Amino acid sequence: MKKKIFLLGFIFIMVFTLGCKRKVSHLILATTTSVENSGLLNTLITSFEKEAKVKVDVIACGTGKAIRLAENGDCDLILVHDPEAEKRFVREGYGIDRRSIMYNDFVIVGPRDDPAKIKGIRGVIPALSAITHKKASFISRGDDSGTHKRERMLWERAGLIPEGEWYQETGQGMGPTLIIASQKRAYSLTDRATYLSYKKKITLDILYEKDKLLYNPYSIILVNPERHAHINYKRGIEFIDFLISDKGKRIIREFGKEKFGEPLFHPIGE
Amino acid sequence: MNPYAIRTHDLSKEYNGEAILKKINLQLERGRIHAIIGPSGVGKSVLLRLLNLLEEPTSGEIHFDGRALKENDRLELQRRMTLVFQKPVLFNTSVYENVAYGLKVRKENRRSILEKVRKALEVVDLKNYEHKRARNLSGGEKQRVAIAQAMVLEPEILFLDEPTSDLDPRNVAIIEELIKYINEEFKITVVIATHNMFQAKRLAHEATFLFGGRIIESGKAQEIFTKPKDRRVLRFIEGKMIF
Amino acid sequence: MDYILAGLKEALQLLLSFDRETYTIIFLSLRISGTAVLLASCLGIPLGALVGLHRFPGRGVITTILNTCFALPTVVVGLFIYLFLSHRGPLGMLGLLYTPGAMIIAQTILATPIIGALSLVAVKSVDPAITKSAISLGATRIQTTLAVLREARVAILAALIVGFGRVITEIGAAMIVGGNIKGTTRVMSTAIALETGKGKFELALALGIILLTIAFLINAGLYYLQRIRE
Repeated sequence: MKKKIFLLGFIFIMVFTLGCKRKVSHLILATTTSVENSGLLNTLITSFEKEAKVKVDVIACGTGKAIRLAENGDCDLILVHDPEAEKRFVREGYGIDRRSIMYNDFVIVGPRDDPAKIKGIRGVIPALSAITHKKASFISRGDDSGTHKRERMLWERAGLIPEGEWYQETGQGMGPTLIIASQKRAYSLTDRATYLSYKKKITLDILYEKDKLLYNPYSIILVNPERHAHINYKRGIEFIDFLISDKGKRIIREFGKEKFGEPLFHPIGE
Repeated sequence: MNPYAIRTHDLSKEYNGEAILKKINLQLERGRIHAIIGPSGVGKSVLLRLLNLLEEPTSGEIHFDGRALKENDRLELQRRMTLVFQKPVLFNTSVYENVAYGLKVRKENRRSILEKVRKALEVVDLKNYEHKRARNLSGGEKQRVAIAQAMVLEPEILFLDEPTSDLDPRNVAIIEELIKYINEEFKITVVIATHNMFQAKRLAHEATFLFGGRIIESGKAQEIFTKPKDRRVLRFIEGKMIF
Repeated sequence: MDYILAGLKEALQLLLSFDRETYTIIFLSLRISGTAVLLASCLGIPLGALVGLHRFPGRGVITTILNTCFALPTVVVGLFIYLFLSHRGPLGMLGLLYTPGAMIIAQTILATPIIGALSLVAVKSVDPAITKSAISLGATRIQTTLAVLREARVAILAALIVGFGRVITEIGAAMIVGGNIKGTTRVMSTAIALETGKGKFELALALGIILLTIAFLINAGLYYLQRIRE
């Protein structure tokens, strides 16, 4: 009796552990939290999975971590938004077939009463200067994500070093960061898509927008199969082709229109 | 078959340099009830544990069936005898499981286990106790379960260490009857350690007096109890020395 | 206040309408943590019994290690397993990263010291006379150990439950080696973190309620078991 239970337990464990091994028809896509949290990716993947009979596993992390995962060969594709890092990634031979597929833009959000009076200021650099000057609370991602990198680039351009009690880093995704900023009545830099999908849960307004420094393109890159032989190259290409197909573009263009009154992303190459 | 189930030769035991048993030479004849008599703390329990191979002697030898003990035979020999402890600790399971334990570790089949356990429980008069939890029993009942636990194994030798020390007279009587019955009915050699002279008188065929870690007198119970040679034994029998 | 109530209401609706995503997450959690605890008990209980019942050199060291691992930070375990299972790591060829298998490994490593240390305490608290009884009744060494384990069964069961509680609520390692992939490695703890981050408190609350219910049921079951044993 006891032996039987033992044997059953053993078989059970073997089936579970071995059954957990990844099947070939899975694609792993590492991407930024902004794309995942908005829900766009889910819509795209559901549509793609129907056609291609492939399951796409999404790992949502910041751009920096996604690139690290790709360098280690722990994913097949990355969908990220940090042009400088992307170029370096491809140049160093980790990635191939980089395609910019869509864009939106970054905005500066903050409490409605706008303590640093950045509304109406011309240029994002002066806006950041005003916040610094006023030592108005600013919440940064601080997680090496695409948004965080862009924010740091802007501070650098402005010749400012954000330091002091007014400047805080969350180390979390865009969504949680917005919630924290809202609770603390602070400014923050966010992509428009995440802001729109969180708008109802927070009390932050867009206080600065539309500067060419805030342009935010997203690219998809395939991990170089010459570096990591196990990469699911064929399926990866299929997914990229789907994203830049008319159908893929239509999904991107339409996504969020109904819910937010405006699209969250715009396909590139119309 | 050797007429002696166990013989010991100069068996000694020390704990931390203190001698508890000194050169014990015992001859335990088969099929008899042997009483090892002596005051508390004289080393009776230690002697039983040595004979049951639960502990190693400091020096000396134990012969089973006329053969010296070999390390390979330890488990097999241990399974031919059983020790019931002074304060038996039962497993925290049902009475049935407790009595069946020794048979289960011998991998007997279920049918014969069931039969033997039922029979043993009948002998100790705990017929309807099968499903009771052993820990909830009274002292006397526990002692009887412990005896059933040992008896069910049909051992060649049954060691009983002060089997009635904490019991009321009624339970003492039941257990003494039981010991006689087991010895007569199953021809089991019984070795009983006791400080109670009257109990020894009632039960034993052979008696061995232990005093100060040594055997001071040993022989047929009747002879010893009527005509002891040793002065200390005489005083004990006359009730002048209370152990 | 009313938005907490609204959240609770929606949470209950999710549960009562048998929402597929919610239940996938729940069953995945139970499957992964259940398997991990099973594996961890196969390792931890014998280890605890060995250290608790036998004397051998290095015994103190093992006890200390076990007790230290009790408080092993889950993210550290996650990180180590990530490094091993990454395609660049020594076990990369297994392709286990971002699968339930990786999470089972991580949770097994987290649960084993807990189950081991608590089993050790459990067997040590058994009356030493039980060992002597078993030997005298003819038990072999292994059978004697099993008898002691049987005596300690309620405490060992409690050890399993503590281990289970630790892994099913653990988030650091699950996030790192599982990746929180929807339908594959998204379990209750990572889902709660994600949904809270998204501001979708309903699903987070629903899962929180489930976690509490499971904890309650297990403890109630344990209490009942103890009662009928006494």
